[in-house]
Amino acid sequence: MNYPDFYSALFRATLPETALEVAALLVLVVDLGLLRKAASSTRTVVAALVGVAGCSAAIWGVYAAGWAGISAGSDVLLSAGGSAGVAQIAILALTALTLLLLIDSSFTRHPGEFVAVVLMSAAGGLLISAAQDLLVIFVGLELLSLGLYILCAFAKHSGQSAEASLKYYLFGGMSAAFLLFGFSYLYGLSGSTNLSQVALGTYFAAAHGGTPLLLIALVMIAAGLGFKVAAVPFHLWAPDTYEGAPVPAAAFIASVSKVASFALLISISTAALHFLDNLLFKTNATFFGFADAWRLILILLAVASMLVGNLAALAQISVRRLLAYSAMAHAGYILLGLAYFSSSNLSAAAILYYVLTYGLTTIGAFGVIAVVEKATGSNRLDAFLGLQKRNPLLASILLILFLSLAGIPPLVGFWAKFNLFAAVLHSSSGALPISLVALAIAMSAVSLYYYLQVLKRAFVLPAVDDTPIHAHPVTMTVLLFIAAAIVALGCFPALLQNWIASFYLGW
Amino acid sequence: MLSWTIYISFAGALLQTLLPKGNPALARWFGLLFAVAGLAIAVAGFAAGMGHGLEVVTDLPWVPAMGIHYLLAADGISRVLVLLTGLASVAGVLFSWNIDLRTNQFFAFYLALIGGVYGVFLSYDLFLLFVFYEIAIVPKYFLIAIWGSTRREYGAMKLALYSFVGSAMVLIGLLASYAASGSRSTGLVALAHAQLPAHFQMWCFPLVFVGFAILAGMWPFHTWAPTGHVAAPTAASMLLAGVVMKLGAYGCLRVAMGLYPHGLDPWGFSFLGLGSWRDVFALLAIIGIVYGALVALAQTDFKFVIGYSSVSHMGFVLLGLMTLNQLGVTGAVLQMFSHGVIAGLLFAIVGRIVYERTHTRQFAELEPMHLSRRLPFAAWAFVFAGVASMGLPGFSGFVAELQILIGAWQAKPWWTIAAGLGIVIGVAYTWRAMQRGFFSDVVPTAHELEEERHHPLAPITWPEYAGVALLGFATLAVGLYPRILLDSIEPAVKALLAGGVQ
Repeated sequence: MNYPDFYSALFRATLPETALEVAALLVLVVDLGLLRKAASSTRTVVAALVGVAGCSAAIWGVYAAGWAGISAGSDVLLSAGGSAGVAQIAILALTALTLLLLIDSSFTRHPGEFVAVVLMSAAGGLLISAAQDLLVIFVGLELLSLGLYILCAFAKHSGQSAEASLKYYLFGGMSAAFLLFGFSYLYGLSGSTNLSQVALGTYFAAAHGGTPLLLIALVMIAAGLGFKVAAVPFHLWAPDTYEGAPVPAAAFIASVSKVASFALLISISTAALHFLDNLLFKTNATFFGFADAWRLILILLAVASMLVGNLAALAQISVRRLLAYSAMAHAGYILLGLAYFSSSNLSAAAILYYVLTYGLTTIGAFGVIAVVEKATGSNRLDAFLGLQKRNPLLASILLILFLSLAGIPPLVGFWAKFNLFAAVLHSSSGALPISLVALAIAMSAVSLYYYLQVLKRAFVLPAVDDTPIHAHPVTMTVLLFIAAAIVALGCFPALLQNWIASFYLGW
Repeated sequence: MLSWTIYISFAGALLQTLLPKGNPALARWFGLLFAVAGLAIAVAGFAAGMGHGLEVVTDLPWVPAMGIHYLLAADGISRVLVLLTGLASVAGVLFSWNIDLRTNQFFAFYLALIGGVYGVFLSYDLFLLFVFYEIAIVPKYFLIAIWGSTRREYGAMKLALYSFVGSAMVLIGLLASYAASGSRSTGLVALAHAQLPAHFQMWCFPLVFVGFAILAGMWPFHTWAPTGHVAAPTAASMLLAGVVMKLGAYGCLRVAMGLYPHGLDPWGFSFLGLGSWRDVFALLAIIGIVYGALVALAQTDFKFVIGYSSVSHMGFVLLGLMTLNQLGVTGAVLQMFSHGVIAGLLFAIVGRIVYERTHTRQFAELEPMHLSRRLPFAAWAFVFAGVASMGLPGFSGFVAELQILIGAWQAKPWWTIAAGLGIVIGVAYTWRAMQRGFFSDVVPTAHELEEERHHPLAPITWPEYAGVALLGFATLAVGLYPRILLDSIEPAVKALLAGGVQ
């Protein structure tokens, strides 16, 4: 291997990650060095703005890195373009939005450190959305997760924040162990850490009687990644974390971390279906390596997530916990898309469309919750009473966000669902996929009930307190932008679809 | 041109949200302006389309990758229902003249609902139709929950969930047909041409039909209708009965029957005398007709009588659709129009003219009030509407129900006999409501007369006169000269029966 060439290629391929890390260091220098004496609000604004600038630079980096990727020998380490490119830009854009939500919050006196950790965490997200190697995946995941544990605990004066972080950390540590254990089996079965080599190796291993070990490995990996996307039954951390974490951290976990984890799942599913591409001879295989077992596991997770998420959300009285359970439900729909994954990039594009728009909507939802929490000191359903009178604009934004989550056209959430389910039915016919899609649609009919519970308090029930709620102009601008994007993308869904498709053209 | 009905309604809704709060008069006049504009376009479109068949209004690629088009088109059936929507929306605004609470929000939701309804009637792309269909759900919830009366939150949530479950069933059918057709298009025509396999149609037809029929008030999925109607503010119940229930019936006709004609074929075996989905749904329709009428006969709340009568009348629409012959289906479409106008009129009289003055809808409390003497206009308007609702000659209901009954006789004579029973009970409950609500023979005491003189009921206002006149004129005009609508409906129905929506 020619090392100088390899390192220059590595530098090129990791340009976005590098940009984020540089920005993270810059934030620390500016905040702890130059602005040590400045007012807390100034420091927050400056830190957030430097963070946003870092994200923008990293988006430029994604384009500048081109569709090259990086390989060691013939094994791809980091892919570029395609799903990875879409996910990376989505991660960076959503990170920038969560940083803007920080400006109005006052949970910490160390905004610079918060922003730095967010940026480093996002770098982990960039890594796993492009990673094609088990070791890179693991390193990226840990980089992402460790940052998230810290972010959760950032509100040092809040016991809830500490509890959220500890729970998240304990579950996360355990699931990382499961994941690593599963990876070690995969390595043992295939003799490689490269995803497509692993898929190929496990295909031969399974053909020679290695199936039980393979199943154990897959279950372990599903446990590890199921934790990241809050799939039932690995969801127990989600409600407490969503409730306790400071708003920007919770929004970050609910959006960026989801996008990155689903991008990783897309890589794995793609590898599972495309391992035969590397073979010189083409067979009409009837047994698809680990694709069959992987599908079964994903279906089980999807059904459990849809059922538990939607039904448990019905009983919530805290809006943050409600969002946590609805997040499980949405993860369930997406897992269904992963289970019936098409060998073309139809499914990948549909899943990215879903998770991207979902992330955007959730950030908006947390933004609204932040404003209401600040004014009323509570995130209970009753805190939203009479919102249409206290701040009509905020109430309208809430209406758009929650109806989009419920999947009401012409908002983007509906398109995401339609796109995803159409991809499921397109990639496989038969009674099972249709019944699973029917279950998903029926469950989203259930979800309308709990979203309406919030909207009912905002619009229908009388207010107990008429004092107007004021929101910080930056927060309001971000929320308006998100709401406008949801409406615009819902009315013109082809915009985002074409943008996503453009990444696959250059692949 | 017809597409402007949609845009103008949504523009009106948007404008209402921007109007200053605390100026109800402005919101009302703007509401009326946009509703009248919609009606004017609908009338002009109807007149211009007379004698023409299917005409494409707008066709733009919407999501090219998935073959979804923004395709608006109108045939005779669509034009008639768009006309109905225009009439109902203007009448609804007139009867909402007394809304003082958050007036601009009321009209914003109201116009958004109207825009969605126009959209459904004009969509010729299944996907677009579904989008408009769902757009109509959310405003209904808020209209009832915020401005409603009796158990409004319960009624509103029930209505929203029933509608959403129905539309979920339609969505499953839509996705399955889209995947099964392989044509990569959601246009109604393209899907109808796709030759969906017969066994697929056999399970998809009942799914989609029931999904739409929930909103059409088909027994036993009708229970949202009475509670929803009673809870809704007058304008919303007028719209619910007048046009929203028609959305369901229209979906049954255009989508379920148009796309899956083989779903109506015989099963090849018979179970309890039922040999096809057609028999099943005809039976449910007849049960709805008789059951709705019987329950209406036993109500003590004036508005519940009208609510259940809607279930009964919508049963005629569904029965007409299941006859599958020219007369029956034409009658069903005409009945949609007729019921939309008459039910709107009845709800307006009971919910607005009477209830807003007496603050009760219980017959026991209305009887001693002698409304025929104190509100003669209301009494005579109700007699007029009640007679129209019974289906007396000279009114639109007569032409419609007669056609359905003849069509049913051609299909299966016992359907006509059973449905005819419903008409007889219909006369009974309308008579009873008329008598107990307005013409009671309790003799007033001297004290009561004194009371009445000191507390006269508020006089009828001009919007009320105008609304009654508008709807009354519509039912009378169609009753006396039904060709005005039939000339549009008949060719469209003929084309539809001949080859689905092709």
